[in-house]
Amino acid sequence: MTSPLAPRRLIRGAVLLSVFALVARAAGPIKLGEVASLTGKEAAFGQQAHRGIQMAIDEVNARGGVLGRPLALVSEDNQSKPGDSATIAKKLLSREKVVALLCTGTSSNCLEVAPLAQSARIPLIGTTATAPEVTEKRDYVFRSCFIDPFQGAVLAKFATSTLEAKRVALLTSVSASYSVGLSKVFREKFAALGGEISADQKYSEGDKDFRAQLTAIKAAKVDAIAVTGFYTEAALICKQARDLGLTIPIFGGDGWEAPELIEIGGTAVNGTYYASHYSSESTAPEVSEFVKKYRARFNGDTPDSMAPLAYDATFIIAEAITRAGSTEGPKLRDALAATKNFPGVTGRTTIDPQRNASKPAVMLAVKNGKATYVATIEP
Amino acid sequence: MTTQSESLNSQPSTLNFPLSEFLQQLLNGLSLGAIYALIALGYTMVYGVLRFINFAHSDVFMVGSFIGYYAGKHVPERTYWGGLLVLVVAMLGCALLGMLIERLCYRRLRGSATLNVLITAIGVSLLLEYSGQVFFGATPRTFPDIFPSTNFAFGSLVISSNQILVIVVATLLMVALQLIVYRTKIGTAMRAVSLNPKAAQLVGVNNDIVISFTFGLGSALAAAGGILYAINYPSIDPLMGVMPGLKAFVAAVLGGIGNIPGAALGGLLLGTVETFVNGSQWSTYKDAIAFAILIGILLFRPAGLLGKFTVEKV
Repeated sequence: MTSPLAPRRLIRGAVLLSVFALVARAAGPIKLGEVASLTGKEAAFGQQAHRGIQMAIDEVNARGGVLGRPLALVSEDNQSKPGDSATIAKKLLSREKVVALLCTGTSSNCLEVAPLAQSARIPLIGTTATAPEVTEKRDYVFRSCFIDPFQGAVLAKFATSTLEAKRVALLTSVSASYSVGLSKVFREKFAALGGEISADQKYSEGDKDFRAQLTAIKAAKVDAIAVTGFYTEAALICKQARDLGLTIPIFGGDGWEAPELIEIGGTAVNGTYYASHYSSESTAPEVSEFVKKYRARFNGDTPDSMAPLAYDATFIIAEAITRAGSTEGPKLRDALAATKNFPGVTGRTTIDPQRNASKPAVMLAVKNGKATYVATIEP
Repeated sequence: MTTQSESLNSQPSTLNFPLSEFLQQLLNGLSLGAIYALIALGYTMVYGVLRFINFAHSDVFMVGSFIGYYAGKHVPERTYWGGLLVLVVAMLGCALLGMLIERLCYRRLRGSATLNVLITAIGVSLLLEYSGQVFFGATPRTFPDIFPSTNFAFGSLVISSNQILVIVVATLLMVALQLIVYRTKIGTAMRAVSLNPKAAQLVGVNNDIVISFTFGLGSALAAAGGILYAINYPSIDPLMGVMPGLKAFVAAVLGGIGNIPGAALGGLLLGTVETFVNGSQWSTYKDAIAFAILIGILLFRPAGLLGKFTVEKV
């Protein structure tokens, strides 16, 4: 872009720019962009994560901000609709000029944002985007959670060792990349552990009727059902499964984690299990302090893992900006890539060369309308 | 029942499809199809009198379940009288909404090109959907348990009281509709307007009242469909009408648009086919297969299953 400029004009331009930069540094806050599902089908993810980010930003600003400037959050809502995340990300990148993007919620949302962040050279952190392809071949895209291959292995291990299931029925949401990816790994790992997928059924996001699939599953006489989709459908599936007289355990991944699972599912979700990133029942000091602060601020609500993951991701960005000493995209990217053993609420986060976070998973069980801790499974 | 299905299971049957599973899927399909049928009736009645597709109908269905959601909070849960009260309130509310839509949007377009009315209908549909997102919020709500629910097991066949409720209420409403259309004065007037609006006016039928009534009746049925749908699938949101509405429209065309028993038949058929495909290994293609069957039927019977083929005068 600068090649046709004469050297003198270039110098003058550079001086002007640095003056502007100094003025801006003295006055303006550092803007972080948030692409979230604040309303719609996946609102539970977005709302929780949004609270986590707000808490982190307020804490950073209370300590005097980063590089002497406060952090400011620019949030935009994608209404849980495909396509809207990309529109929002374009707006945040071009109009709001954010220095980094946080994408909460599903892998599908993050996949829309990732190419835009990459071409704008602005780092992006997916807080709960667990599908591997999100960060693949894009060096500006990071995540602060584990990936689906690991989660799939955790579920397979849990099904064989804890549930002692030999025959499992698999229900996959074919329109969610998260669910398809998780099912693929689960299928491989479960077979490797000697299990058999006796029924392999499919549905789409937004479906309401699963009785047909569940009737076929019932006829296959399985020990457990794996549902790799998200909470709205998972809750309806549990409800209809219980209606059809299926009392076997039903389990899934971190896509199940939302208060709505229990709200929609009612007593039908008792005896179900799901993988998660942390347990609010943990006795680690970071966790209990976070849960205390969260409850004090949000009318005594207990945070699920969306909030702490987003909270940690915001701190990881703040810390990277401090280490980089700059808010420029490439420098911030390098600083993020060098994150090592960052102590957060969800455990110590190290960004690996594939820009994924390696950290343990926990399994939770729903008992009497409450998620309780079952086991921690290390990578 | 159990012994029968087991004996079928043990024998290498040609279909490899146990009887109890077949009956269960048939029941699932019929209860889904009954809801499609209720919505399809509204499409078909409006088409019968006005010769246009009221695309806002599927959103009246959505409004019906939201009225049920708010009304359901004011009656005790799990009682028959409370549930029926909610059903009646939603039906009355939607009947008013349907008549209001007709009065404000479609009446002044009567006599203009069909395309204008069709586009207005799409506009009203979008208006309802997105106003719903503003007023109700885009977040799905959990529909309250307004009717008592129990499950009856016959061997491995499980029938939930909600499924029976859907089939019973839908059947009663369809019988009532048939009586209204063929045994009452206003029904006769509806048929007269449908046959020839100008001639009906000449013999003293007030077309405005008849058309208003048709919209009210169709919308009340959509509201009943909305409540029954929400009882079975208790997660409601402002865009919930889109897919069931599309399916019901297909059901109406399948049965022969403008034909009331045809709409009921089309709904039941579509619901059953969809459920059987969904339970098979081709579940990913459930909508594709259902629509392929539609194309197949329309190739051989262009006017639908029960429709009469009429040559359009140009």
